Amino acid sequence: MPDATGLELIAQELGSAVLDTVYFRERATLEVEPASIRTVLARLRDRGYAFMASLHGVDYYPEEPRLGVLYELLDMGRVDRISVKLRVPCDGAEVDSAVPDRPGDLGWRTASHQEREVYDMFGVRFRDHPDLRRILMPEDYEGHPQRRDFPQGGEPVLFTYNDSKRPRAPA
Amino acid sequence: MALRRARAAVGRASVADPATGPAGEGLGARVDPEALRVRELGASQLLRGGELEGPAQPAHLEGADLERHVEERVMTTTLEKAVAWARSNSFFPATFGLACCAIEMMSIVAARTDVARFGYEAFRASPRQADLLILSGRVSIKMAPIVRRIYDQMLEPKWAISMGACCSSMGVFNNYALVPADKFMPVDVHVPGCPPRPEALMHGVLKLRKMVLDDPDMSWRERYGAVGTEEVLPGA
Repeated sequence: MPDATGLELIAQELGSAVLDTVYFRERATLEVEPASIRTVLARLRDRGYAFMASLHGVDYYPEEPRLGVLYELLDMGRVDRISVKLRVPCDGAEVDSAVPDRPGDLGWRTASHQEREVYDMFGVRFRDHPDLRRILMPEDYEGHPQRRDFPQGGEPVLFTYNDSKRPRAPA
Repeated sequence: MALRRARAAVGRASVADPATGPAGEGLGARVDPEALRVRELGASQLLRGGELEGPAQPAHLEGADLERHVEERVMTTTLEKAVAWARSNSFFPATFGLACCAIEMMSIVAARTDVARFGYEAFRASPRQADLLILSGRVSIKMAPIVRRIYDQMLEPKWAISMGACCSSMGVFNNYALVPADKFMPVDVHVPGCPPRPEALMHGVLKLRKMVLDDPDMSWRERYGAVGTEEVLPGA
């Protein structure tokens, strides 16, 4: 991890794309503008963070904007990690996909499946993703189950304390 | 023992019979049909437990003695019971593991709880050769149609065991992702546990064995009142 000062240096270099920096328990996080995510990732790759270890989603309900996408980058040479975080509102959540190649900016192939998972579970749409389909839930599934306002589903578990309340079949 | 005595009897009969000549004649020698018949009778008598000579020979028994002799040696039953006995002692489970319970399912074939003692060790790789589906693990709603298709591909008579908490009541994964097995297919035996020990699964299989012995000829549609729900109607 870059230390707190190193993180500030990176943030300064990235300029207005960075909204905030968080240094918590030796974990450096850049909060960035959603529209500039590709630029930020490309700049960090130039600094040596060339390996995307993980891409995942978060639901910060009831905070707004609700949804978050986190990119964990790793510098294999210095064994140094940095997180990039962006927040998008729940309605029409849309972020540039990290997958496709752009002129002067190689895509991150590993993000393909992980963006599909974030789309499946949180409903964040990734612009220009080559194949944005559900990955874990059935294709005709409705809703995004990892959102916090999604009903947990499942069946009521019968214990002795609620056994009497259990609906019985008509005799 | 009886077999050895029978072999000796065959040898003795051939020596004693002048028509066949001395014993040890070359292969392809002509054998007198009469003498062969005598040798066969002697051998089969010994196999039945009778003596070659003397009054105890079954061939010499008559009347009540013969009746008793047959009654002592023959067991009668109905065809259904015989078939159920054979079926219940030779389940062919499908090689089909879903999750962590599958590890326990595999270990019932191993030395400690040797399922081969009861004749269920032949796990078939194709559902068309199997007659027992052990649902060993959690069934997600994406997997459920596949499991159902595998069950449909099995030939009657067929049985299903739901192993572990997940596919019976969704267990610790009681959420949007899973579906209990009873919702999409008939299950004969539920084995509780998370995961059940191999002994528990064994107990479930033996329960199923008892069930098959008791109700020999019921298909699953009869067992669960599902007659008339066939996907392909007769004549279609």
